[in-house]
Amino acid sequence: MSVASPTPFPAPLPTRRGCPFDPPDGYGELRRDRPISRLAFPDGKIGWLLTRYEDVRAVLEDVRFSSDRRHASSPVRAFPVRDGDPRIPGSLIGMDPPEHTRYRRLVTRWFTVRRMRGLAPRIERIVADHLDAMERTGPPVDLVEAFARPIPSLVICELLGVPYAERADFQRWTATLFRLDEPKESVYAARDALWDYMRSLVTVKRQLPDDALLSQLIHSEDPSAGLTNQELTGLGQLLLIAGHETTANMLALGTFALLCHPEQAHTLRTRPDLVDNAVEELLRYLTIVQFGVVRVAREDIEFAGVRILQGETVVASIAAANRDPERFADPDELDITRSAAHHIAFGHGVHQCLGQQLARMEMRAGYPALFQRFPSLRLAVPADQVPLRDDMFIYGVHRLPVTWQG
Amino acid sequence: MRIRIDRGRCQGAGQCALNAPELFDQSDDDGLVVVLDDRPPPALRHKARLAEQLCPNSVIRVLEAEDDG
Ligand code: HEM
Ligand code: SF4
Repeated sequence: MSVASPTPFPAPLPTRRGCPFDPPDGYGELRRDRPISRLAFPDGKIGWLLTRYEDVRAVLEDVRFSSDRRHASSPVRAFPVRDGDPRIPGSLIGMDPPEHTRYRRLVTRWFTVRRMRGLAPRIERIVADHLDAMERTGPPVDLVEAFARPIPSLVICELLGVPYAERADFQRWTATLFRLDEPKESVYAARDALWDYMRSLVTVKRQLPDDALLSQLIHSEDPSAGLTNQELTGLGQLLLIAGHETTANMLALGTFALLCHPEQAHTLRTRPDLVDNAVEELLRYLTIVQFGVVRVAREDIEFAGVRILQGETVVASIAAANRDPERFADPDELDITRSAAHHIAFGHGVHQCLGQQLARMEMRAGYPALFQRFPSLRLAVPADQVPLRDDMFIYGVHRLPVTWQG
Repeated sequence: MRIRIDRGRCQGAGQCALNAPELFDQSDDDGLVVVLDDRPPPALRHKARLAEQLCPNSVIRVLEAEDDG
């Protein structure tokens, strides 16, 4: 297929959703007619939007595109840059190889498939405890509050060695950092508060180490480790934010999607062998990293028939890519029996999600247990009254009122 | 069929160990890929190809012709 010429008229990122589970209107047309299109950023600059699966994968594999977002434009109004702020030390998500490789190597062995499988009993226990609490409270409950938010928060706190009792603070700071159109001053204040919090936690772990990840990184015998307190703080806060915010939204939005597709929920309840398929399909179908993954061209690049100039920002829409009919048959259907392993909801290339196996374990423990414990689970409000996270960097629902026959 | 890997490119995302556990694992020391069987039997060849496609860093190469049979 030849690439149609990019539009001469840059347009802003489509953000208005018709259906709560589909990517915003407009992506389908873009992918079909102008898969590489010019994008107008809120800061007035012009860059590129990629919507086809093959192109998105190609850009995320290509080392000529940088993850250092300090000079990138943001496709939505978020992540303001404060004059004089250094790049966050240790925060590998914004680094390129070989710098990125150094940090990634230090943490990779903590997130392997085998290690995460080893956490399954503990995660299942945590899920069961929260279901017990829901039963005690009785219907209706807000599933975000009772289930989706606490489970990944508790899991990542235990893994890192962060006191769970302090979750209200870091959850609030994260929400502020990820909210669109948030006043700059409030974002800076949340950023500083989170930094100071993690910085003092790192100091505590130096004095009073435990068995969890932060302490292990500090006391690692790996000679290449030797991380400074700054690096540990940056890495620690990245893991804390990424570890609780994302999976929480998958659990809540995934449940919402299943409740609106009762035949799929029924299949999940009656065919436990399909749980892994269901998790991959929900990741694909919902792609909660809704505004795509941002890269910056380090040099002038000929890419799939267009010329991308040095310094231009490229937004790789993983949400659009995961609905590409050239890659997935009937892409707009939620079908938990399909094999969706090729989705790129966790990204692609060297930055592909470090925590993906953890996220998978949480979802594969969460959804089936919820639907088995409450076979009559249903929404407690009409579907169109569920408040959507259109206004947050990570998509999902703000609340999910549910009920069941007690 | 023969499996070759370029371990230096591996970032330990674990797609291989997740989707083809008979053929790949991750080392406890560094989390990077370990090949368990570089000459997969016929019944596992589709899994080798799947791992090759899913690996986000082109670490895994499946050579179809080599040592077939
Ligand atoms: C369903 C849940 C999750 C989704 C959809 C998700 C999605 C993503 C995506 C798309 C990226 C790539 C970003 C880029 O290329 O710039 C990423 C990176 C990352 N994720 Fe996740 N994530 C999830 C859960 C988690 C969890 C539970 C952790 C816990 C540790 C985590 C930690 C990270 C880290 C550290 C990176 C940066 C990796 C690097 O730069 O090498 N994520 N995630
Ligand atoms: S899928 Fe590729 S990058 Fe990931 S662990 Fe396996 S070989 Fe390494």
